Amino acid sequence: MIEKVIVAGFGGQGVMALGKLLAYGGMLDDRQVSWLPSYGPEMRGGTANCDVIVSDTLIGSPVLTDDATAVIVMNLPSMDKFESHLAPNGKLIINKSLIEKKATRDDIEAYYIDANEIAMEIGNAKAANMVMLGAFLELTKIVKPESIIKAFTKVFGEDKAKFIPLNELALQRGAEAVKEQMAVS
Amino acid sequence: MAKVLMKGNEAVGAAAIKAGCRYFFGYPITPQNEVPEYMSKELPKVGGVFLQAESEVAAINMVYGAAGAGARVMTSSSSPGISLKQEGISYIAGAELPCVIVNMMRGGPGLGSIQAAQADYFQATRGGGNGDYRHIVYAPASIQETVDIMMEAFDIADIYRIPVMILGDGMIGQMMEAVEFKEYVPRELPEKDWATSGTKEMKSPRVVNSLYLEPELLQEHNVNLEKKHKIIEEKEVRYEATGIEDAEVVCVAYGTTARVAKNAIDDLAKEGIKVGLIRPITLWPFPHEAFDKINPQAKGLLTIEMSMGQMIDDVKIASNGRWPVAFEGKTGGLVPSSVDVVNAVKKMIGGAK
Repeated sequence: MIEKVIVAGFGGQGVMALGKLLAYGGMLDDRQVSWLPSYGPEMRGGTANCDVIVSDTLIGSPVLTDDATAVIVMNLPSMDKFESHLAPNGKLIINKSLIEKKATRDDIEAYYIDANEIAMEIGNAKAANMVMLGAFLELTKIVKPESIIKAFTKVFGEDKAKFIPLNELALQRGAEAVKEQMAVS
Repeated sequence: MAKVLMKGNEAVGAAAIKAGCRYFFGYPITPQNEVPEYMSKELPKVGGVFLQAESEVAAINMVYGAAGAGARVMTSSSSPGISLKQEGISYIAGAELPCVIVNMMRGGPGLGSIQAAQADYFQATRGGGNGDYRHIVYAPASIQETVDIMMEAFDIADIYRIPVMILGDGMIGQMMEAVEFKEYVPRELPEKDWATSGTKEMKSPRVVNSLYLEPELLQEHNVNLEKKHKIIEEKEVRYEATGIEDAEVVCVAYGTTARVAKNAIDDLAKEGIKVGLIRPITLWPFPHEAFDKINPQAKGLLTIEMSMGQMIDDVKIASNGRWPVAFEGKTGGLVPSSVDVVNAVKKMIGGAK
């Protein structure tokens, strides 16, 4: 199994954190992992993205160009930029709350998640990234949601443990949202 | 010990402290800032000293001073910052002092860019400072290898009384991978009977210097340095070589580009094309011996670098006319893709479409 994922959005949407949780969770599941951030002079309010690879075999290059198996986009500029990075049959997971546009390619699978609305329903708009991660995990099964939760305090520190129930719920709701679309398609 | 997910730059700092490094002098520059950030937080906890100098020139001379006094010391920077340190590195090599220097390379020349590059190969292996000096250069390709080498680097520096450079790039510094810290087991190290750590008025004072005004004495010093360099060339060469005995083409790449090459080699194997890999882990001393094991009938060697082609000179020397040597690379902060490498290999064997 291998998943090569690009996570993209604007600064503050938790895209780097989403990627770190995925990588850390993958490591706890005894898989090979890499996490590569985009870094540059553009910071606050600018675009942010990271490449995450979770694999059963040794990882070569940590850079994803046009071979991503999944792309998680949190805002429109990210979708415009990274849809083309998907390999054929790749999964494009779109934050429908902020992106009205539909996927432009017909050789990929597109899923539309109301991430911000769902996050607000469960009580914290900041959990939108976790809703998207929940959808991704349901689609790929590459990392156990339990492992993501185990990774939570490793990535954010012990003092953030109080947010675990909210984040567990966000993962679940994301999974449910994507399940409905899997049934339809 | 359990595995942890760590950024390359932080792992460098953690490994250095585990290996007994207690002094860090540096000046900030992207993409290695997490090294000083980590050291500033962690060194005071173990009784060490973190000092942000007023410039790179000052930082390397602080390293010179601390090394002269026998301390386990390091600095880190990125390309333009390492350029500023070259004078100090030449002095440290001339005075035969041990230290570790980390270069997380970025695009050049000049201020260049802040993205990953491998364009400091010439500077690292030939020296940007003056004089007949050498220093050991390690080029790790993963965070785990960075940590393992970092923990040995201080011992190697002590054994040969020579600067050791860890040559990574922005990607090695910025990426996170799983890493396991093994227990640091020190080697048997020579006593630092040259260190200017005080004589307690019992002995004649020790002097650390790189100035020899008598030409004969300076020549003798250089001859001795060269003898040391020969021993290092014999004993400290490291490389990884896979599938080179029956390869049609052999890729030669270090660090990040070696990882890209591995992906390309796997893809080519699926098409029935046998491609080997020589991955130098030490860039100086360069692994010339690896090339003697290459299939004599191979169609050629492909050097892959994030530069306009620098290591290719060493590959040509090592090939010694036995095989044609081609180049594939990107620079300025761009990374070649495995497709670029696959196409370059196919061009060499005449199968390009």
